[in-house]
Amino acid sequence: MLRLPPYRLLEPSSAEEAVKLLTDEPGEAMLIAGGTDLVPNMKHGLFEPKTVISLAKVEGLEGVSDSDAGLRLGPMTTLADASQNELIIERAPALAQAAGVVAGPQLRNVGTLGGNLMLDTRCRWYNQTYFWRKGLGYCLKKDGTLCHVVEGGARCVAAASNDTVPALMTLNASAVFLGPDGEREVAIADLWTNDGIVNKKVSADELLIAIKVPPQAPGHHGTYAKLRRRDSIDFPLFGCAVRLDLDEKGTVSGADLAAVALVARPMRVKGVEELLLGTKPGSEAFDQAVEEVAQLAYKRCRPLDNVPGDAEWRREMVPVYVRRALRSATASSGA
Amino acid sequence: MRTLHLLVNGDRLTVAAPDHWTLVEVLRYRLGLTGTKQGCDKGDCGACTVLLDGKPTLACILPAARAEGHEVVTIEGLRPAHCAEGGEGTDPVQDAFDRCDALQCGFCQPGMMLSARALLNENAQPDRETIQEALSGNLCRCTGYTQIIEAVELTVAEAAGADPVPPAWQVDRDGEDLPLAPTGETATGEGED
Repeated sequence: MLRLPPYRLLEPSSAEEAVKLLTDEPGEAMLIAGGTDLVPNMKHGLFEPKTVISLAKVEGLEGVSDSDAGLRLGPMTTLADASQNELIIERAPALAQAAGVVAGPQLRNVGTLGGNLMLDTRCRWYNQTYFWRKGLGYCLKKDGTLCHVVEGGARCVAAASNDTVPALMTLNASAVFLGPDGEREVAIADLWTNDGIVNKKVSADELLIAIKVPPQAPGHHGTYAKLRRRDSIDFPLFGCAVRLDLDEKGTVSGADLAAVALVARPMRVKGVEELLLGTKPGSEAFDQAVEEVAQLAYKRCRPLDNVPGDAEWRREMVPVYVRRALRSATASSGA
Repeated sequence: MRTLHLLVNGDRLTVAAPDHWTLVEVLRYRLGLTGTKQGCDKGDCGACTVLLDGKPTLACILPAARAEGHEVVTIEGLRPAHCAEGGEGTDPVQDAFDRCDALQCGFCQPGMMLSARALLNENAQPDRETIQEALSGNLCRCTGYTQIIEAVELTVAEAAGADPVPPAWQVDRDGEDLPLAPTGETATGEGED
């Protein structure tokens, strides 16, 4: 049995009120959306906030709306709803796929899009019970001074494990935060630091109020491929999203690749578009380009022993999953 | 401490619980509904699955306050819900699990049956792959899933009008009653040489 540490639960009804409550208790209060990440972490003694602010009753944080500026996704939209939402499936297929393979069915019914974006980093030495961590003398990320992944490491390398983030990066999505000084919008690709302890440039008194996905190219295709031991429940051991834009002749006019579950930040693999531009899926040139992209990803993506699964094996799987993602992207829906 | 107004298995209940209690703690230790199992207690195993507004949800990581204003169905509520809709006896899913021997220790069974019930409410004719996906958040460490999936398939087949299958323990392969002990030879414990 794992009990939660005692806390006071507050249930504000507006985003402004939630931000006010956060600023009232600096460093003592935390936000909870679906709780599928925070609750197990609190049970493991990783967070012991005095106050937990539930977003369940905050109005206006749910649902998907469409305008000329693209899709506006409410952060409280559950992952199950996002994966089945017709607008997301049509306009941002990689995001729908990624949302549909986060954890297992029960977790997706409660876990939210915003929660997956704001997910804490994960590490096999960190996501453990207090008793387990104490036995090892703790770790750099929590309560200790030692990194068990990188010998002598001075920087935490817990892995960004957000399935939806590579998809959002390839879609050039942005996040809107509400803070005490008002709203700010930031590109999701620019949200990250390479510090596994806190890997997001988000202040503790800011609340995610929207995720914006701009309109994509007419021949947009996208997909997400996820490596894990079981085809359910597990966090990614490697995940990659691709965007493949095809012009009216069916040749590639734009492409992008982003990966997760490597280091503390999600990573965009640069130079992918150049390799694929002008090739036509089904042709030999395209197959050749896919192979070059897979080898490029193999060179750039170096998994560490931070999440379960042998790091060498995960690295060998990188080109496999990149190839699969690229080949299945052309079969995905496109707007 | 807070007062929770819950709707559990059709009953409106008022119960006091600390802010940090999860739904499984309220169900088991305040309401005595121990059919919901506390397994890993951190959202991995699915033993604590309940239906929240008809959707399978993990009660061990759901703050109890989140259940307010929603309809909770636990394993204890399956039979009453089935009877309320004019059915007889247990829910067909429960009946099929029984006849397919879809359990050994039984710890995962309430969660399995609730995940299956939620699936069948949404999709009356799921194929095997859909069943596997729907049950993929429920871990079983005993039987290896085959009979569990067969039980759901049996429910689907019978709902579509297939003949009811008699319990496996009532008939042997030839349709004869199973003998209680092997006939002919009697084990004596003595070796032949």
